[in-house]
Amino acid sequence: MSDQHEAARRDDILAELEAEMAHELEEHRPPAGGPAYQLVPALVTLAIGVVGAILSYGYGLGTLRRPGAGLWPLAVSLVIAVLSLVLLAVGRHLRDSEKFARASLLVLAGLATFVGLGMLIPLIGFELPAFALCVVWLRFLGGETWRSTAVVSVGTVAAFYLLFLYALSIPLPHLL
Amino acid sequence: MDVNAFLDGFAVVTEPGNLFYCLIGVLIGMLIGVLPGLGPAATMAILLPIVVTVDPVAAMIMLAGIYYGAQYGGTITSVLLRLPGEASSVVTVFDGYALAKQGKAGTALGIAAIGSFVGATISIIGLSLLAPLVASWALDFGPPEYAALALLGVLLVATIGSGHTVKAIIAAAIGLLLATFGRDSFTNTGRFTFDSLQLADGLDFVVVAMGLFGVAEILYNLEERYGKPHVPAKVANIWPSRKDLKQSSGAIGRGSVIGFVLGVLPGGGAVMSSLAAYAIEKRIAKDPSRFGRGAIEGVAAPETANNAAATSSFIPLLTLGIPANASMAMLFAGMLVLGITPGPQLVEERPDLFWGVVNSMYIGNLILLLLSIPLVGIFVRILRVRPAILAPITALITILGVYTINNSTFDIFVMIAFGVIGYLMKKTGFEPGPMVLAFVLGAILENSVRRSLLIFDGDPTGFLTRPISGTILALFLLAILLPAFNTVRRRRAATTSAPAGSDREDALR
Repeated sequence: MSDQHEAARRDDILAELEAEMAHELEEHRPPAGGPAYQLVPALVTLAIGVVGAILSYGYGLGTLRRPGAGLWPLAVSLVIAVLSLVLLAVGRHLRDSEKFARASLLVLAGLATFVGLGMLIPLIGFELPAFALCVVWLRFLGGETWRSTAVVSVGTVAAFYLLFLYALSIPLPHLL
Repeated sequence: MDVNAFLDGFAVVTEPGNLFYCLIGVLIGMLIGVLPGLGPAATMAILLPIVVTVDPVAAMIMLAGIYYGAQYGGTITSVLLRLPGEASSVVTVFDGYALAKQGKAGTALGIAAIGSFVGATISIIGLSLLAPLVASWALDFGPPEYAALALLGVLLVATIGSGHTVKAIIAAAIGLLLATFGRDSFTNTGRFTFDSLQLADGLDFVVVAMGLFGVAEILYNLEERYGKPHVPAKVANIWPSRKDLKQSSGAIGRGSVIGFVLGVLPGGGAVMSSLAAYAIEKRIAKDPSRFGRGAIEGVAAPETANNAAATSSFIPLLTLGIPANASMAMLFAGMLVLGITPGPQLVEERPDLFWGVVNSMYIGNLILLLLSIPLVGIFVRILRVRPAILAPITALITILGVYTINNSTFDIFVMIAFGVIGYLMKKTGFEPGPMVLAFVLGAILENSVRRSLLIFDGDPTGFLTRPISGTILALFLLAILLPAFNTVRRRRAATTSAPAGSDREDALR
């Protein structure tokens, strides 16, 4: 019996290593989320599959001899929908998700600066919005001191100004 | 092999401009390898809009340098901080960190650098010899062969990667669906355009990739990394002793071969081969218990293999036009933006590009060897730079970069949207990698399938009766069935030998 175990274990060195590797990565990760973290994404992908299939059907399937515009996306959508159902059935207790925490609010704040930059660049050029993004990320999201915030922000904007407008001569909306 | 073209390739590389971009590429690669957070694929995505403004050959040389440079850099944090900079360096952590604790961090880094150099060089020689042959063989491929190859590529990337297989395949299928957005080239019907003019031409691959890789990783890191200071171990005596070299020479040799072979397979790449090389060293060792406690072979084998694999994974891209992993997908995107069609005709039509890129790897690896042995101290010091300072810089490069592709703010918002999707995918256990890769291959796959159906006059069994596409599809079936079979077997083994399972748990601690 123990010989058999020995053999099975040697067989599974690779599997064991993979487990060890997952364990190693696990240490740097936040706690896993519960069943809702599995359920909701599976429902979303199911919806993508179903909607995709309905829309594809409308584009015309054609025949296998003369495939229409909708045939391929319909096939892909059906794969998505079926696999989403499989995931709903078997995936409830997977531990591969990550809980949202208070720190996830940082992501929302970061996202807001991205959107702000996108809206302001065509209006007032890139310098001031880019400077503002640096200040927000360094001081408020990163907890840097005011001094290093100022130095890095000014330096970064200046470097990008020189890089884009002079070194690469890419036209970027700018104030100066 | 065309020797003249090969030698001309060296002439291309040694042009000062190309040498400069090679140096920049490997420096950036090494840097992002050292800094945990951004991986090579994300970095290539972020830099694409800037890189494509320079000469195509130089741009490709630089992007390639980022990829293999990152493999060198990833080692440093694994050994010194027990924090793998790249997924392909995770196994190096086991023995590398143990060596560092014994005060032999320098030896581990030195052996890793030498192994990486040897593995990569052997692999480039293999690439130089093999790639032209594969390319000339693939010139006869028709749509059915490409359909089968692209399908196999997507599936292998989804199943071999980390993460849950069903989730990975769903992600890949959504990537295929996203690739159909825009006007259908056969019937001119608009698909999934939702009456938007901007969507009529489909989604721009670079914009999607920058979102899913770049923005998603930046947002994700914002949540994870802040407030953790890095204090690396002291590094002394980087030159390995003759005894260490002798002890690891076998591991370096075997690692090169394993890496080269696995790197060619789609989805194999650096991560798989580093695992496999470590497993084999442990299996053939006289005393396997040394592994995990500072065996030098445990550093040499995976580091050699991941570099060999990183190099050989260029083969499918340069010869078939099928990217084998996420980083190669970015290189593929780069080529498309530069107006180069990747595929078997590349060797013949653009020998300057093909041999320029391949031969730049010899030189790039030489530069990396120099950077990672005498200059390793500088990179160790970079670890002290706080991640908070780099975050806004990467964020700005991404936004300004994506804007410059088409001078369009619409692109910025598409990128942000995909950034949010990518972030949510990471949080819920979906890998963005298979989605991006499937998105790249989506158009090739759909067009090939539809052309094949026209050729076969609507008879889908035609895929199976052509020898090459039939073989590839058989492999495809094998790729689906083998993991399923293994899971069942493992589950059965686990239920019959519960006690063995528990002491394995102990061994993992």
